[in-house]
Amino acid sequence: MARPDHALTARRLGTAALAAVPLAVLGAFFLYPVGGMIQRGFWPDGAFDPGGVLDVLTRDRVHRVLWFTVWTAGLSTILAVVLGVPTAFVLHRLRFPGQRLLRTLIVVPFVLPTVVVGVAFRQLIATSGPLGGLGLDGTPAAIVAALVFFNVSVVVRTVGAFWEGIDRRTEEAAATLGASPARVFLTVTLPALAPAVASAASVVFLFCSTSFGIVLTLGGLRYANVETEIYLLTTQELDLTSAAALSVLQIVVVTGLLVALHRARRTAPPLARAGESGRSPRLRDLPLVGWTVVVVALLMTPLLSLLVSSLRTDGGWSLANYRALQGTGADNALLDTATHALQRSFEVAVQAAGLALVLGTIVAFLVSRRPRSAGVRRLSATFDGVFMLPLGVSAVTLGFGFLITLNRPPLDLRTSSLLVPIAQAMVALPLVVRTVAPVLSSIDPRQREAAASLGAGPARVLLAVDLPHAWRALAAAAGFAFAVSLGEFGATSFLARDDTPTMPVVIYQLISHPGSANFGMATAAAVVLAAATGAVMLVVERLRVGSVGAF
Amino acid sequence: MRTPIKKFIAASAAVTIAAALAGCGSDEPKADRPESKTITLATHDSWNMDKKVLADFTEQTGITVKLQAHGDAGALTNKLVLTKDDPLADGVFGIDNTFATRAIDEGVLAKYTPMVLPGSVKSFALTGDDAGYLTPIDYGDVCINVDDTWFAAKKLAPPKTFDDLADPRYKNLLVVPGATSSSPGLAFLLATIGTYGDDWKDYWSDLLDNGVKIDAGWSDAYEVDFTAGGGKGDRPIVLSYSSSPPFTVPEGGDEPTTSALLDTCFRQVEYAGVLAGAKNPKNMQKFIDFMTTREFQAALPDNMYVYPVDTTTPLPEGWDTWAPTAPKPVVVPASEITEKRADWLREWRDLTTR
Repeated sequence: MARPDHALTARRLGTAALAAVPLAVLGAFFLYPVGGMIQRGFWPDGAFDPGGVLDVLTRDRVHRVLWFTVWTAGLSTILAVVLGVPTAFVLHRLRFPGQRLLRTLIVVPFVLPTVVVGVAFRQLIATSGPLGGLGLDGTPAAIVAALVFFNVSVVVRTVGAFWEGIDRRTEEAAATLGASPARVFLTVTLPALAPAVASAASVVFLFCSTSFGIVLTLGGLRYANVETEIYLLTTQELDLTSAAALSVLQIVVVTGLLVALHRARRTAPPLARAGESGRSPRLRDLPLVGWTVVVVALLMTPLLSLLVSSLRTDGGWSLANYRALQGTGADNALLDTATHALQRSFEVAVQAAGLALVLGTIVAFLVSRRPRSAGVRRLSATFDGVFMLPLGVSAVTLGFGFLITLNRPPLDLRTSSLLVPIAQAMVALPLVVRTVAPVLSSIDPRQREAAASLGAGPARVLLAVDLPHAWRALAAAAGFAFAVSLGEFGATSFLARDDTPTMPVVIYQLISHPGSANFGMATAAAVVLAAATGAVMLVVERLRVGSVGAF
Repeated sequence: MRTPIKKFIAASAAVTIAAALAGCGSDEPKADRPESKTITLATHDSWNMDKKVLADFTEQTGITVKLQAHGDAGALTNKLVLTKDDPLADGVFGIDNTFATRAIDEGVLAKYTPMVLPGSVKSFALTGDDAGYLTPIDYGDVCINVDDTWFAAKKLAPPKTFDDLADPRYKNLLVVPGATSSSPGLAFLLATIGTYGDDWKDYWSDLLDNGVKIDAGWSDAYEVDFTAGGGKGDRPIVLSYSSSPPFTVPEGGDEPTTSALLDTCFRQVEYAGVLAGAKNPKNMQKFIDFMTTREFQAALPDNMYVYPVDTTTPLPEGWDTWAPTAPKPVVVPASEITEKRADWLREWRDLTTR
């Protein structure tokens, strides 16, 4: 009778060893650097002084900043849900030609760099722009609009993926019993969807409340959220105590949101494969289809305005801005050509996606097991949540943290060129986990048990049972991580960089130089970047993995 | 199946312990170690020097310069302060007169002044840096720029002075980057403080009443809101540099469509220095010497849009005529900036975000 016990212990040790790998990476490249910065704030002169931190939290300005963060993020979340849920229905429950393209277009904003979106929005709403008459420039409305622009796709993908999994027969039964379509929706569909909506809403709130570039560019400095405040306190005023106070607050709020997210996900239905089901649109779907058209149009307007200005030079239409990408810009704006930067972006994205895929798959594999004991289940949920933390913690704090903590062997990496892909992998990691884990959980454990009882070892079970189910999800997750890395600007901009910049950095450099030729070239570079990420997402979409971009 | 797992655990434990021990190890002795032929230079994001110039330095000295960009001048200075016990690089370029005394006071820098310096360099030396920590390399004047074409079309005389900017005739025409998020924005705030003294807050209230628009960064103001910028905005008065007008010479034209108001300028001087505790201080010193030579100085205007501190250096075509520097820029002592910066910025922020 001793043997099964031994086998169990060995399996647990194996699991622990496997879990140690991603935990070690997260610890070294996230928890340790962030902890280092917070420590500097709490121990300003080497002595522990929590009073200083508490004092910060009583300041009027901090209260204003907190309130602004909460209400803009809250309002953006509500709007994203209102715009996204009907769109999720049309793009995931109906079936019509061109649907896949629409699904791809919806995700493009999510993977665009904030610097591009900031410029695109400002061109539209600046008093001289096409939407200048609305008087949105420099108002909180502009910030909210941009936050919604980024995050609608999260709602569409998350709710859409769940919607596909809801058993249609319940709805049909209700309809047969005489319920009106509205009643069916309210009493059957909506309760089933609620966990997905709650899940999407908490993630959107998380993204909105930690948004940086958008608030800085579109807020015109009149408005600050917690993230921009940490940036100002750290990079300009060197007030680490205040910055640490806000960072800790951020981590507490994010942890709360992650717990809420976990609760919401627990009651979710199993995942269906995307694109397998769906009916043709009917006449009564018309309002929803119209709604979707409006949403897609809203999302595409800033991108189209960018495309138009990239094709204009000196009042005429031309491709000159695109040809200029082979050079270094007017008046030596760049040290290297934009095409080289694109190449560099691809290299970095391959490294980042590779690392995120390996670590994310391990995490997804572990959290998708269904342990019997409640204690282990809680442990697994915590493990899952820890890897979501990088989404909610200030990139400034992380960037500065790298510098003060990763300075001795074996982690003497603070100025290594590997830091950019590593930081981007930390950002992409949760997205990989959220793509792969649902697919792995949907595999019936009895299949694995059957394989094992037929004599297959653990490795063989993985190859024969898990892989055939999961390879699409792995490929899709890799593609998604790749696209996210291509457009990543926030974390990258706070790291020490060498003289081979990535594409988003080049775009930023171009718009920071005078001369309309450089500005035109920046818009062309932004269009190329958007097209590249769009193309990657189109391939990902073909893999038909519902959980991509869903939470 | 059990042995490999045990091995793996033992190995991970060993790695962890090794890592912990390495963390506690003492610094290696630095005595007379030969210096590396590759030096690292920390800069701000606007570093933009022709690679040929750097290659010439390597040819002359056998030393290769590795660059490390660290954000704007503020982020650069603060990163150096945070890492002063274990410096990131051998030297720094790009600390300006608004952040310089913070770097010196925090002990970030080692003393070094090149033996031979062009005569004009002295006039750019940092007030209060008598010990010689920083060497001036270049300077630029942050000035209000106006779109002359716009004013000509409207038959309105462009503004000339700070007072004019608060004149109702120029209501809703000015756009500036913010002082808390942009280094030219801070320079503009300092220019108004240097001009109006303790009354600067009244002046800013007037500017706000007159509809000044405050953007996050220079590119938001110049490229999106300025009428002569890349995005063709609707404000013909913008904060930029005295070197910006030559870039607005239209295709086929020979005169810029904008000009700088030379009575509204604040002078930013950029310095280079050797970091305290650098691994290769001697080789870094050679590079600082090189930065003050004719070759490097002459390449500054075309690459970084700044003026060389060696004022005998010939300027590119058009600069003499269209990008003159301010004869009398507004001066605020560097030590006063370091002392009061946080207060000024807080007051400015409270004033503008009311």
